[in-house]
Amino acid sequence: MLAQVDTFVGPEVGWFALSPMLTLLGGALSLMLIGALTPQWPKGMYATYSAVVAAAAGGLAMFQWDDITDSEPTTLVGGAIAFDTLSMFLTITICAALLLVSLLTSDFISGTPNDGPEIYSLYMAAAIGAIVMASANDLIVLFLGLETLSLALYVLAASNRRSGESAEAGIKYFVLGGFASAFFLYGIALIYGATGTTNISEMVAVLHSSVDVFHADSLALAGIALLLVGLGFKVAAAPFHVWAPDVYQGSPTPVTAFMASVGKAAAFAAMLRVLVIALPFYRDDWRPIIWVLALLSLLVGSFLAIVQNNVKRMLAYSSISHAGFILVGVEAAAHRAGEANPGSGLPAVVMYLLLYSVLVIGSFAVVAIVQRDSGGDASLDAFKGLATRRPMLAIGMTVFLLAQAGVPFTSGFIAKFGVIQAAADEHSYAIAIIAMVVAVVAAFVYLKIMVSMWFADPADDAPRIVVPFFAGLTVFAAAIFTLLVGVFPGWLIDAADTVTAYAR
Amino acid sequence: MIAAIEPTWYLLLASVLFAMGAVGLLVRRNPLIMFMCIELMLNAANLTFVAMATQLGDINGQTAVFFVLVVAAAEVVVGLGIIVSILRRSPGATADDLAELKG
Repeated sequence: MLAQVDTFVGPEVGWFALSPMLTLLGGALSLMLIGALTPQWPKGMYATYSAVVAAAAGGLAMFQWDDITDSEPTTLVGGAIAFDTLSMFLTITICAALLLVSLLTSDFISGTPNDGPEIYSLYMAAAIGAIVMASANDLIVLFLGLETLSLALYVLAASNRRSGESAEAGIKYFVLGGFASAFFLYGIALIYGATGTTNISEMVAVLHSSVDVFHADSLALAGIALLLVGLGFKVAAAPFHVWAPDVYQGSPTPVTAFMASVGKAAAFAAMLRVLVIALPFYRDDWRPIIWVLALLSLLVGSFLAIVQNNVKRMLAYSSISHAGFILVGVEAAAHRAGEANPGSGLPAVVMYLLLYSVLVIGSFAVVAIVQRDSGGDASLDAFKGLATRRPMLAIGMTVFLLAQAGVPFTSGFIAKFGVIQAAADEHSYAIAIIAMVVAVVAAFVYLKIMVSMWFADPADDAPRIVVPFFAGLTVFAAAIFTLLVGVFPGWLIDAADTVTAYAR
Repeated sequence: MIAAIEPTWYLLLASVLFAMGAVGLLVRRNPLIMFMCIELMLNAANLTFVAMATQLGDINGQTAVFFVLVVAAAEVVVGLGIIVSILRRSPGATADDLAELKG
């Protein structure tokens, strides 16, 4: 036994290549430790710390990006982590979202028992989980990332201890999230049984090898079905969306912004890794299921959003319809999964994830600011006459809503155009046309909020809305990004295209 | 004569356990029992991993179980924390009582 320990050679790790993750990990742990040993920091300092760590991790990820495009994509830690442009693009997305949400959170937890380092440490821990999911090259590693993200999100959802709604959101998210994780894990176990490995590269090799070693198709298909149920829950695609509106509404609003951006990006990253990269062999079996999930999400998300009266809930349903759009891109990517020329589906999906993350954080930031001075009320009435009460805030929200509707010269148009073009490229005309029609229906919801802001008179007792500095900065930065990318999308589209050129 | 126990039997047992967990989660209303059902489902997946590893003669499936055990333990901590905070607020609450959020 000891002799074996002596001869044990650890895998090649590649510490510098892991630096974005390690930065976040160090940031999260040292914030917990220092925060526990020092008295309460001045207002906004915890958030600044978290934002600086996020910016450092994102900056390091950009360094890695250059490394990959200069040489070759590779794997780290004995083949467990993929080091390619896909993982780096999503790492940068997640770090940007973490930065914005950290700034947003500060003003909403000051004066509550939560005003401390814990929330930010949880954000950073969740971001690590999300990055691991985006970079995983082994299904077990992917599962560990998924659980790191999910466990942090369950706590964050329930973090407002003064609110019954927050506790309810926490338990609903926990029970349904655990349910989904169990399906996902059982799916991994069956895939492992069918292919004899959990490593994605080995799995692809085994499935495509001409020598039929141990080929249990029925086992693999059952595993894919279970994986799809688990992934469907995590991305909140209909018919597995039931938890999303309740959890988005009940959670503290900055946490909702985090879930809708980082949570969604990570879940779709997992979907790309598991389906498009690991299981292209069965693409003709799982692609129709993605098609149906996309259709249902588009319809359910857009039509049920119309009947809502709570803006947070409307945005939750709209995020389901956005999941439908992203699934249209995944469906397009599925047509050529595993081929040397993977088509435009994959870049369209990661592009959508980045642009939607910024948009949704901006939208929820405005909701959070309005809600803060309206006694927690996020109904449509609280937004009445926002244009006369806070014109700049109303303009910001209008930019985000127009972008979510996909109006040209905003980033939302670039995102939606990308996925629909990708679907058309692969001759999936039916779903592309449905997506365009549904975009019009979805626009009605955003119009409803805009009408309330611009054309309704404010109530006489409407509270004065104060825009806190950091939250205002978040809205401003997100709005500038939305417009900038809408007008000059070229550089970002080029970056997204390298995702397939340097995929592993 | 009793047939030798084969790994396939364990796969069947695991699928039965998984189904029990999934159905239990959907029909039971006590948050603690629902939580136990999730654990049952995770352990069914573990049993599948071990049975598959035996069948394939591969050690990786067995090591995966250790990771899952750690995840399950972390989930217990978070889950019980949330459940206790709910039950403190409203003792004896069931899943049906938690219906403030709807629409």
